[in-house]
Amino acid sequence: MAHHDHGKHGGKSYWLDRKQNVAKVFYALIAVDVLWLAADFLYKKKAEFDAWGGWADGGFGFYPVYGFVGAFLLVLAAKQMRRVLMRSEDYYERRRDGGAS
Amino acid sequence: MAELLLSPPLLLMLGSVVLAAAPRNVLPRTVLRALLLALPVYSLWRFWGLDFGDYAQFELFGQTLTLVRIDPLSRIFVVIFHLAALIGSVYSFYVKDNFQPLVGVFYAGSALGVVLAGDLWTLFLFWEVAAVSSALLVWVRRSGRAAGAGLRYLGMQMVSGVLLLAGIVLLRHEVGAAPGWAEFRNLTGFLENGGLGFSNLAATLIFLAFGLKAAFPLLHSWLIDAYPESTPAGAVFLSAFTTKFAIYALARAFPGQSELIWIGALMTAFPIFFAVIENDLRRVLAYSMTNQLGFMVVGIGIGTELAINGAVAHAFADILFKGLLFMAMGAVLYRVGHVNGSDLGGLYKSMPITTGLCIVGAASISAFPLFSAFATKSLIMSAAVYKEYFWLWLVLLFASAGVFHHAGIKIPFFAFFHHDSGIRCKEAPRSMIVAMVLAAAASMAIGLFPLAEMWFGVANPFYALLPYPVDYDVYTTTHVITQSQLLFFSALAFATLMRTGLYPPELRSVNLDADWLYRRVGYRVWDGVATAFVALHRAGYAVAGRIAASALATAQRHLGPQGLLGRSWLTASMTLWVALLLAAYLVVFYWRLK
Repeated sequence: MAHHDHGKHGGKSYWLDRKQNVAKVFYALIAVDVLWLAADFLYKKKAEFDAWGGWADGGFGFYPVYGFVGAFLLVLAAKQMRRVLMRSEDYYERRRDGGAS
Repeated sequence: MAELLLSPPLLLMLGSVVLAAAPRNVLPRTVLRALLLALPVYSLWRFWGLDFGDYAQFELFGQTLTLVRIDPLSRIFVVIFHLAALIGSVYSFYVKDNFQPLVGVFYAGSALGVVLAGDLWTLFLFWEVAAVSSALLVWVRRSGRAAGAGLRYLGMQMVSGVLLLAGIVLLRHEVGAAPGWAEFRNLTGFLENGGLGFSNLAATLIFLAFGLKAAFPLLHSWLIDAYPESTPAGAVFLSAFTTKFAIYALARAFPGQSELIWIGALMTAFPIFFAVIENDLRRVLAYSMTNQLGFMVVGIGIGTELAINGAVAHAFADILFKGLLFMAMGAVLYRVGHVNGSDLGGLYKSMPITTGLCIVGAASISAFPLFSAFATKSLIMSAAVYKEYFWLWLVLLFASAGVFHHAGIKIPFFAFFHHDSGIRCKEAPRSMIVAMVLAAAASMAIGLFPLAEMWFGVANPFYALLPYPVDYDVYTTTHVITQSQLLFFSALAFATLMRTGLYPPELRSVNLDADWLYRRVGYRVWDGVATAFVALHRAGYAVAGRIAASALATAQRHLGPQGLLGRSWLTASMTLWVALLLAAYLVVFYWRLK
């Protein structure tokens, strides 16, 4: 994620400029996520919905799974939308190709 | 008269006009700015002293119009619109020219006129003033793109105005007086039937007029098109008012209208896909705004006290955190010259304060515990759960994860972190930072008030502003843990996609949206029609010319100097013809007589 260009602009180097530190952030995020998942053992949830056998809002790990899968698929779907929807930056500035009528 | 002139809408509108008209040598810039800031402060202070009821009524064309009607629903919007005018003005002092804050305060006044209007004529009046004054805030960028976007923006706002006017005229025809909200509700049978079902044409037209400004799906693209083309300060003012008074109008006229639930659900879901692939970070925020408006629309559609409270509270919070995010991106635009995600990165080194404040805005919109949306959006989510809308709840939950993804992570990440773009600039100007601190502090306060109430028994001043009494615990164990799980695993998905290279790169591009229908298809159709008309005109002109030319030639042949009917005849031949005529007459006469 971070380039090795610290010092290139004569500025000081920052902690996040080092690639291994960015990796540390990532692993820290995984650790935090494991803790949040484990939090599901610490209390009792009451399911409001009967759907999906009460797993939807009462079961173990529903929110983590839904958050991860939802966000993951969101990005992959949006990426595919580009095939249909993406145009060059000056798309609307270019008027008729044939010139003035 | 004083009551009329000192009412919040007129005070802000006339005040800004007077300040704009004052000559520079009489009113130095700093004095003008102090007076400009004093306007919303004084107006809010005056307003605070008033009880619920009708004020500033006046006669116009034989109708009694009510400029100010204060009730629990209008009050909260009046408060936030004053705050937004104040924060937006402070922010806009980064330029020497005072045009933007003056127009902004005027526009805020018109928005106050909408939410305080006691009848639909007054509402319409301010509805239109807001449309025109806000278009100025798009044009103030003074670029070719802004000129086009502003024109399209004004066009769409006028469509909303025309729909509203048509609806009011129909309604006027049926009730026979200046239609107020009470008449509107009686007529549409809301109170009896729990929803009007659109059997009434007037109600349908008004619903669409409100819906256009609330950015309903397919009617939303003016927002995406115009707001990001404005100046840094212009976008901050724009983001606060129009869409939120549309939410107010929907909450006033259509609470519990079940169509709103699915319209709103669609609004929460579809913009987040666009936001993921959009490169202009202020346009990402515009998509994000449609998404947040969706939550409010859902709340109004559910229509319970909890849901309406949630919708209104979320509108209040959104003005602050969306304003904060627009301010942060505006600061980047001001310092760097653009907000393209593809060309930014590493700005935390140059703009650490803006980065921090942007992260507060990102946490607020993402509804992290301790931040504002957690204390507002939760009301809507819970209302959906209590009414057992399972699929709706799933959509809203997906949209919540999506909000965090595109607004909470994408905005700060691509602007301030990601790879170092090499851009080195100055920190945001002082006026911008002051305004951002105000919005960030307010966002955090909204998130922290329920906690203060729970732990220290301090009454929650924000919930006290809501239209209905609040009996709801935000910070339950379940709620804090599940929301954190949803957000942190959404973050994990982002980080995983980035590290695996699956995340789509930011590209300089335009993505087609509903405005394609009028900017491309509509333009082509219009162009085709115009070309056809020109061709038709030319062909018609040619045919008509040919007919005229041949008529002229025929006339020339017969009537000209050499033509049979036109040439000079000899007297002798004339005499001969007369003699022949008389002879023929004689023959006929003789024959008839016989």
